Amino acid sequence: MSKLHTVNKSPFEKNSLDACIRLAKEGGAVLLFEDGVYGATKGTVISDKVTAAMKGLTFYVLGPDMKARGIRDDQLLDGVKVVDYGGFVDLVADHDNVQPWL
Amino acid sequence: MSDIKKFLYLNRKAPYGTIYALESLEVVLIGAAFEQDVSLAFVDDGVYQLVKGQDTSEIGMKNFSPTYNALGDYDVNKLYVEKESLEARGLTEDDLMPLTYEDEDDDWAEKPSIRVVSSAELADIMDEQDVVLAF
Amino acid sequence: MKLGILINEGPYNHQASDSAYQFTKAALEKGHEIFRVFFYNDGVNNATRYSIPPQDDRNITQQWTELAEKHDLDLVVCVAAAQRRGIIDEGEQERNGKDGNNIAPGFRISGLGQLIEAGIQADRLVTFGD
Repeated sequence: MSKLHTVNKSPFEKNSLDACIRLAKEGGAVLLFEDGVYGATKGTVISDKVTAAMKGLTFYVLGPDMKARGIRDDQLLDGVKVVDYGGFVDLVADHDNVQPWL
Repeated sequence: MSDIKKFLYLNRKAPYGTIYALESLEVVLIGAAFEQDVSLAFVDDGVYQLVKGQDTSEIGMKNFSPTYNALGDYDVNKLYVEKESLEARGLTEDDLMPLTYEDEDDDWAEKPSIRVVSSAELADIMDEQDVVLAF
Repeated sequence: MKLGILINEGPYNHQASDSAYQFTKAALEKGHEIFRVFFYNDGVNNATRYSIPPQDDRNITQQWTELAEKHDLDLVVCVAAAQRRGIIDEGEQERNGKDGNNIAPGFRISGLGQLIEAGIQADRLVTFGD
């Protein structure tokens, strides 16, 4: 089954993204939203970890949350896809279920 | 799709500091009446929920840890604990409450409800679920 | 597709309710059915009609009420979580001998079984919390 994992926490404050990467099965997708969007940026202490996780997982970031926090497209890790709320809905519909990492 | 769905309750938060562990347990108890396939996963600080010897007498809060032992009576007997989370916190299975259930398919033999599993095993178990509830 | 929404945090303190609102609106625009929006934990605090946000801010409770009216949404507040936190409707007021109630239009108080039912009936359950 293909899962959509949602992460809404900054990886610099909480270990939600860590847990998600540790326990998500290959072929799943991860949507970073709310404070989770910081996990999608380049040049951070966890960038390498996220990039490595991209071998098995597709990473998405919620554009409206990114924009609200002043994050530009060119600050995103290569390979991260930006979606809007409609795209969030599509991701939910296109995966077998949604696994929240609160 | 069959009538029975696989429900997983994912617990990643410690008890008492916030209400999430208690209110998650309340959903498990209500949910047990719906005769679905129920599993609980304890990951990260969630493993602290199952630690034995909890005594809340001096913090003025209710000790709800005995409720985990009642889960077996509700046919909730798959409590998966991530080994890596235990180890990261300096804990072993001996530090957890000895939770059991009576297996009606095996002449009501008493069996342990807690199953310590690796991250990889837990990832497989989580992958099989239909509905994940996390608080 | 039938979607269930779970909101576990109150308004303003966390983004959860705002995110859930934007998600729900987008899902409705795409023609999905919202089976139920369930409010649990501090999420029950989204249901008070006594909230008075500053005039230049969004009124989260009112947004839900209006969306519920427009799309006939089922906004369900968990009774056990609501009682703890003082979210009360007329029935709860009478049963518990309270001097008033505070539930906003469009919300109803019911049991946790409604959440499990949403998990069973909906094709997907989407959680917004902390």
